[in-house]
Amino acid sequence: MLTITQLVKTFAGGRGERGRVRAVDDVSFEVEDGELFTLLGPSGCGKTTTLRSIAGLETPDSGEIRVADRVLFSSMQRVRVPANERGLGMVFQSYAIWPHMNVYKNVAFPLQVLPRRRRPGRKELRERVERVLAAVQLDQLASREATDLSGGQQQRLALARALVMEPPLLLLDEPLSNLDAKLREDMRFELKRLQRELGITGVYVTHDQVEALAMSNRVAVMRAGKIEQIGRPREVYEAPKSRFVADFIGTSNFIDGVVAAREDGLYRVQTPDGELRLRSDLDFAVGDAVVVAARPEHLTIEAGRSSNGPLPNRWRGRVEARAFLGESVDHVISVGSREIRARCNPSISIPAPTEVTVTFPEEACSLIPAGE
Amino acid sequence: MATVAAETRASPYADRLRRVFSARTLIVGVVLAAVAYLAVVPLGFLLWQTFVSSGHLTLERFRDAYGKVGLSEMALNSLAFAVGSTLIAVTLGTTLAYLIVRTDVPFKPLMMAASLVPLIIPGVLHTIAWIFLASPQIGILNQNVIGPLTGGRAFDIFSIPGMVMVEGLHLAPLVFLLMVASFRSMDPSLEESAIMSGARLPTVIRRVTIPLSRPALYASILIIVVRALESFEVPALLGLPGGVWVFTSRIWRVLKDKPPDYGAAGALAMSLLIITSLLVFWHSRLAKRGRAYQTVSGKGFRPRPVELGIWRWPATFLIVTYFVVAVVLPLSVLAYASTQLFYSPPSRYTLSHMTLDAYRNVIHTDLFASSVKNSIILGLGSATTVMLLAAVASWVVVRTQLPGRWLIDDLAFLPLIVPGLVLGVAILFVYLRSPIPVYGTLWILFLAYLTRYIPYGMRYASTSMFQIGRELEESAMTSGAGWFQSFRRILLPLLVPGLLAGWIYIVIVSVRELSSTIILYSPGKQVLSIVIWEQWQNGEFPELAAVGMMMVGALVLLVAVAYKLGAKIGVREG
Repeated sequence: MLTITQLVKTFAGGRGERGRVRAVDDVSFEVEDGELFTLLGPSGCGKTTTLRSIAGLETPDSGEIRVADRVLFSSMQRVRVPANERGLGMVFQSYAIWPHMNVYKNVAFPLQVLPRRRRPGRKELRERVERVLAAVQLDQLASREATDLSGGQQQRLALARALVMEPPLLLLDEPLSNLDAKLREDMRFELKRLQRELGITGVYVTHDQVEALAMSNRVAVMRAGKIEQIGRPREVYEAPKSRFVADFIGTSNFIDGVVAAREDGLYRVQTPDGELRLRSDLDFAVGDAVVVAARPEHLTIEAGRSSNGPLPNRWRGRVEARAFLGESVDHVISVGSREIRARCNPSISIPAPTEVTVTFPEEACSLIPAGE
Repeated sequence: MATVAAETRASPYADRLRRVFSARTLIVGVVLAAVAYLAVVPLGFLLWQTFVSSGHLTLERFRDAYGKVGLSEMALNSLAFAVGSTLIAVTLGTTLAYLIVRTDVPFKPLMMAASLVPLIIPGVLHTIAWIFLASPQIGILNQNVIGPLTGGRAFDIFSIPGMVMVEGLHLAPLVFLLMVASFRSMDPSLEESAIMSGARLPTVIRRVTIPLSRPALYASILIIVVRALESFEVPALLGLPGGVWVFTSRIWRVLKDKPPDYGAAGALAMSLLIITSLLVFWHSRLAKRGRAYQTVSGKGFRPRPVELGIWRWPATFLIVTYFVVAVVLPLSVLAYASTQLFYSPPSRYTLSHMTLDAYRNVIHTDLFASSVKNSIILGLGSATTVMLLAAVASWVVVRTQLPGRWLIDDLAFLPLIVPGLVLGVAILFVYLRSPIPVYGTLWILFLAYLTRYIPYGMRYASTSMFQIGRELEESAMTSGAGWFQSFRRILLPLLVPGLLAGWIYIVIVSVRELSSTIILYSPGKQVLSIVIWEQWQNGEFPELAAVGMMMVGALVLLVAVAYKLGAKIGVREG
């Protein structure tokens, strides 16, 4: 559906020698039909610039953008379709609801400005606007002034306006970031439901990892203009390919070590505080410096020392602090020279200082190349 | 034991509290009284003098004034002049603002420079420069451009179209600055979403940009209409030779009569005041409805400039032409005039006989020396006093819970709707027969400038006060500082940039002030703007141009300093 090839966009930067900042640096990806694809990353990583380049609000330096076999931008073919002729839908972070029009007029606008021969007649226009308003459950409020809507309603209105043209591709620029926490969770499911029911293909930009994991079919994690990793949410979460991804999505304990032995997909990693055995699909040679990333919620702890001394993946430690978070209890545990964090079910709560045994499950730790 | 110790410690504290409280009460009280006096007394006198005659309410003065003058023609002239100037200023200012803020037109700095023109070229100089440029007899443009193009027909600047053009040009930058601020504060995604909806640029402008900037547009229109109605320089210099009378020129005229007709002046001034008040009232009702349009801007993604494409050329032409017409032409003609011994339009002869004699002659006159001195004293004095008054008054309005503080705010803004000439008349009424001996001294001008510029001072002071968190002051208080200490050591230093910007602005506008001054000055107590006015009446054109050039130079310097301080002068005007 959407194909991005080697997209580059630079901005005039500070007065440094390089002069220009590479906001988007050789980015390529494809989005399948009916898929919700998320660009995830911290602010300034180039995700919004990528999205605005697809929209046509930003002109890339080079690369190619195609939507359904239509070339929208190509530096090679010198093609640049203006934003208003791309026919894509876009939901802005600020919603960009026109405050001088009511709900109905906001949604009708994209149809009213179509070229005359494609513009629907009055009756059809009314039907289409009402249909899309019904889809986002705003049909009761059609004659309401847009500024009288609540945050969540404005959000749905922005969505309706973007969908009324039935665009092949919907672009969403942090659409939930202006809502308060509770509403954001509701809208997350609402948006996902609409997307699936209407079969919308979408590109979604966010800096909120939870949102990205919850909504997307696939996620691209971006950093400094480049894509670090693309994958299904579970893949990206459970098998991060870089320390940045592991750190940005969720929290991780990072343990430096060296590959001591390797048997098929099973690695033995020597660390200053003991040995870890784990599986990885990535390829490392014996002697490579690596980082083991372990999610706090994957670690288990039990009070008391294991009887048969230190074993691989079972380390001795001591609880230094704990914090009750409601749905879980966080423990800070000192293990050898380091402190690691374990997140446990609320039924497990061990006071400090208590000697404990920490278990690293073989499957749930991931191996990351050292450096970066 | 312990209680005794506590008491001895508490008593100096209580003492200090009492002392501080009284300092605060005293200062606040004096300032409020001053603001109220300045705003209320002149208008009260104006009302009383026009509507009350020997103890009875009467409209006699209006009957007399309009019986003599002929209301309809003057009213029609005023209307045509105000509407015409507004049309030019608003169209030009808005178009240029859109081009600068939203498009990729070149030469943007040129336009930003041109927007300062009304600050650095006083109205009287601007108007005179245009007489040199476009009078039917000696106008350089008429002789060299318009004449040849139209086959000898000249553009007559001494007519309503001429007045409208000069006033419109002079007011356009004001609209420009207001609209620039409005376009900049508009969330760019409102336009981008229209583009994403498939709309073309003209549709976006027509259906989104213009409707959204309507509040700013209404505000600009109001300000320009009021400004044009109260304008004195253009009607006096361009209107009178052609017999085009408006309110302001007529008021000035009846006061120049021997003996002056104070009754008629009051009635005319009152009429003008009623018109401007009605306009302001009407606008505030509109503004209330427009509040719904205020939009919250999202994260500040720098708006992508609209690519003008083929329209880039006409847009560039417009900007360059505007710069030439608004800046280059008036300044060059003044510079040229100042190098001559006797003014005549440029020719090979005059251009080869340039001299700085006019400057030399002017500088050595006593009149010049004394008027420069007077202007400086008045400028510095009124700016300093206004800013101090405004700092305290706006503190009361912004920071205290004092009952009736809104009244102070309203009072301080009241003079804004009073045309300069009307204020002059009102102050004249107060002090003409008052036991306070200020008539015939510089003090009366000082009082007039204070009154006129208090609203601007309040604007600067209260915007900067809003930006300073209340907790900064409160933490000073909890650290043990009293009110006066925290005002002087915390608030004032933090306010300084804003106050300084306001101070410079008021210096600039008081030095150029003409319309109140012309009513109130007395011979021997001239200021620079009056010197220029008298030089024009006496036909001393090169000397006038020399004074003007020096004045422009000084104002450029002041504006440059203000900009260095990072103050956005002008945006707050009006």
